[in-house]
Amino acid sequence: MKQGLGTINRESQFKWIVYMLILGMMLLAPLFLSDFRLMLLAKYVSFAIVAIGLALIWGYTGILSLGHGVFFGLGAYGMAMYLKLEASGGKLPDFMVWSGQNELPWFWMPFSSFFLTLLLIVIVPMGIAYGLGFLTFRNRIQGVQFTILTQALVLIVVTLLIGQQAFTGGSNGITGFKTILGYSLSDPTVKRVLYWITIGVLALLFALAYWMTKSRFKRVLLAIRDGENRLRFIGYNPAVFKAFIFAVSAGFAGIAGALFVLHVGIISPSMMGIVPSIEMVLWVAIGGRNSLSGAVLGALLINYAKTTFSEAYPSLWLFLLGGLFVISVILLPRGFMGLMKDGMQKIKKRRKREDANENNIDFTFGESKR
Amino acid sequence: MEFMEKWQEKRKKVWFHTVCFLFITMLLLAGCAEEGESQEADEEDGSQEDVIEVGILHSLSGTMAISEVSVKDAELMAINEINEAGGVLGKQIVPIIEDGASDWPTFSEKSRKLLEQDKVATVFGGWTSASRKAMLPVFEELNGLLWYPVQYEGLEASPNIFYTGATTNQQIVPSVAWLLENRGKKFFLLGSNYVFPITANNIIKAQLDSEGGELVGEEYTELGHTEYSTVIAKIKESKPDVIYNTLNGDSNVAFFKQLKDAGISADDITVLSVSVAEEEIRGIGAEYLEGHLVAWNYFQTTDTPENKEFVDHYKEAYGEDRVTADPIEAGYNAVHLWAKAVEKAGTTDVDKVREAAKGITFAAPEGTVTIDGDNQHLYKKVRIGEVTAEGQLNEIFSTEEAVKPDPYLSSYTWAEALTSP
Repeated sequence: MKQGLGTINRESQFKWIVYMLILGMMLLAPLFLSDFRLMLLAKYVSFAIVAIGLALIWGYTGILSLGHGVFFGLGAYGMAMYLKLEASGGKLPDFMVWSGQNELPWFWMPFSSFFLTLLLIVIVPMGIAYGLGFLTFRNRIQGVQFTILTQALVLIVVTLLIGQQAFTGGSNGITGFKTILGYSLSDPTVKRVLYWITIGVLALLFALAYWMTKSRFKRVLLAIRDGENRLRFIGYNPAVFKAFIFAVSAGFAGIAGALFVLHVGIISPSMMGIVPSIEMVLWVAIGGRNSLSGAVLGALLINYAKTTFSEAYPSLWLFLLGGLFVISVILLPRGFMGLMKDGMQKIKKRRKREDANENNIDFTFGESKR
Repeated sequence: MEFMEKWQEKRKKVWFHTVCFLFITMLLLAGCAEEGESQEADEEDGSQEDVIEVGILHSLSGTMAISEVSVKDAELMAINEINEAGGVLGKQIVPIIEDGASDWPTFSEKSRKLLEQDKVATVFGGWTSASRKAMLPVFEELNGLLWYPVQYEGLEASPNIFYTGATTNQQIVPSVAWLLENRGKKFFLLGSNYVFPITANNIIKAQLDSEGGELVGEEYTELGHTEYSTVIAKIKESKPDVIYNTLNGDSNVAFFKQLKDAGISADDITVLSVSVAEEEIRGIGAEYLEGHLVAWNYFQTTDTPENKEFVDHYKEAYGEDRVTADPIEAGYNAVHLWAKAVEKAGTTDVDKVREAAKGITFAAPEGTVTIDGDNQHLYKKVRIGEVTAEGQLNEIFSTEEAVKPDPYLSSYTWAEALTSP
C-alpha cells in the first residue's frame, strides 16, 4: 500500500515536472523562432486542443467521433465572422457584395461584439453536440452507428456552407482579416501575444481535462466505455453523461478553431470536411488515445511532420505521411503513449522483482536508495 | 509462461524501436533536404547573390492537381528559357516549388512560407479563385508579388497581384454579346456551386437584362456532381438557344456525355463553356463536344509565330501528347512579363518592379499582351472557338485589338448594381 502511493506520487511529480518544462519551452519559443515558424507552432497547438477533446471522448469514453471538423469549423467561423466584420469597418463583407447580398444576415449580428463571439464560439458547438449526442444516446444508438452519424453531420454542414455562398463565403471561406479589438493582426507583437494566449488556453484546457479524468467523473466515463449496460442497471443514465462529455469535447474543438483562425487568417469548408475530421482522429490514434498528453503529442508531431515533409518533398509528401499513418496504425495500436506506458510498466516490474530479491521491506525508502 | 512474456516484451520493444527509427529518419531526411537547400542558398549568398529565387505555388496533389501541374510545367519552362538566355539582371532564376494541395488554408500558409522564410522575389501560383482569395491577404500584409494565371470573375484589383488571365470583360461579357447576336436570345445558365460561376452568372443576368436577352433557366450543381438527367430535363422543357456553361472539373464529362445521350447536339442548342480548354477536351472526349463553343484568349491553334515556338517547346519538354491551353499560356506569359519588369526596374524590389511593370509588353503566343498600369491586368484579345473532331479549337471569332481589362466593369452601365452594394 505504502509502496503504491510512493511510486504514484513520484511518478506524477516527475510527470508534472516534464509538463512544466515543456510548457516553459513553449512559452519561450517566440525567442527562437521566426514569425512564420511561430505561426505554424501556434497552429499545431490549436490542433492539439482538438486532440485533447477527442481523447476525452474516444480514449476515456469509447465514443468515436469522425465529425470533429464541424465543431472545429463552427468555432473557426465564429471567430472569422467577428474578424471579417471588424475588417469591413461597418460595411457589408466583400464576398456578400459579390454574391448579390444586400444586407447583413441576422445570424451575423451577434458577431459584431467580441464578447458575444467568445461565448458563441463555445456555446454553438457545445449546443449542437449536446443536441445530437443526447438524441442519439438516449435512443441507445452507439458505436459505429454514432460514428456514421457524425460523418453525416460533416457532410450536411459542409454542403450547407458551400451552398450558402452569400452568407458564408462558399468554398472560398472567409479571409482578409486586419485587426482584432483594434490591434493589427500583422504586428509581430500581437502575433506573439496571441501565441501565448494559445499556449495558455492549451494549458488551461489540458488541466481541465486532466482534472476530469482524475475525478470520480472519470469512473463513470470508463464504466460507459467498458460496460454501459451494467452502468444503466446500477441506476445511472449514461445518455446524459455521454452527451455531456461529447459536448465538452466539441467545445474544445470550437475554441481550437477560433485560435486557428487567429493564427492562420483563413477558414474554409475544406478545413472541416470528412478528411480533416478523420485526420484529427489519426493524431489522437498515433499519439495514444488513452492519454491526454499522447493526444497532444500526436497532434504536434503529425502536423510538424506534415509541414516538414511537404516543404522538403512537394510532390511526394502525401506518400510519406500516408506511410507514417499506416506504419503507426499497424505497429502501434495504442499509439506512442501506449508504448511508453508499457515501457514504464516493465521498468516498474523489474524494480519490484529486484526489491523482492533484496528482501527489502521498507519499499518507500528502498526507492530512493537506488 | 515467462518465456512467452519475455518474448512478447521483446517483440514490442523491437517494434517500438523500428517505428521510432523510421519516424526520426524520415524527419531527419526532410530536415536535411531543407538544410541542404538553405546552405546552398547561403553559399550563393556569400558569392554576391548570383541567383534570384522565385516561388511556384500550385496544387500538386488533390482535385486541382490535374489542371495546375501543367501550369507549373509551363512556368518552369519559361524560367528555363530565361536562364538559358542569360537570366535576369545577369542572374539565374531558381524556382522554389511548394504544394498548395488543393486546400485554401495551405495556399495561405505556403505563400507565407515563401515570402517570410525563403524571401522569394515573386510567386507564380494559384488556379481557383478560392486559392487566390486565400493568398491575397498574405501578399498584401508582407508586400509580396503574386502572378495569377487563370481567367476569373473580376471585381478585384490588388496592388500585390498581377492577373495574367482574362477578367470578365475579356471573356464572359464579349462572348455573351456574340451569342446574343449570332445564336439566339434564350439563355440557360449552368454552373458549379461556388464563387466564380455564381458571380459570372450574376453578371450575365444583368447583361441579358440590358441587351435584350432572356433567362430561361439557372442551375447550380456541387463540384464533382455527375448526375445531370434532372438538369437536362429542365433544359428540354425551357428550350433555350444557348447553354452558358460554367461547370468546373469532372462535372463537364458527365454533363456533355448525358447531353449527347439525351439527343441534344450542337445543332440544336449551342453550349458555350468558359472552363473547358484543350486539356479538358482531352478528358471529356472530343466526340461529345464537337461543334460546341468555348471562349478564351488563347487556343493551341492560335496562329502566331510565337505560339508555334511555344507549342513545340512545350511538347519537346513534356511529351508529344501534352496540349497547351489558355491558363498554361498565361502562366508562361507571367514569368516572362515579370522578368521584363525586373530588367526594366534593375532590381527585384517589389515596389519598383510594380512601378516598372506598368505598360510592359510581351510578344506572347496569344499575340502581344500589355500590362495595364491601372489595375495590373493584361490587355488581351478575346477569342471564341469551336471544338473540332480532333479535340482542337477552331477560332470563329476574335476581337481586332487586345481588349483593355475592366475588372469592375465600370464602362458598362448595366453592371453598376453588381459592383456597389
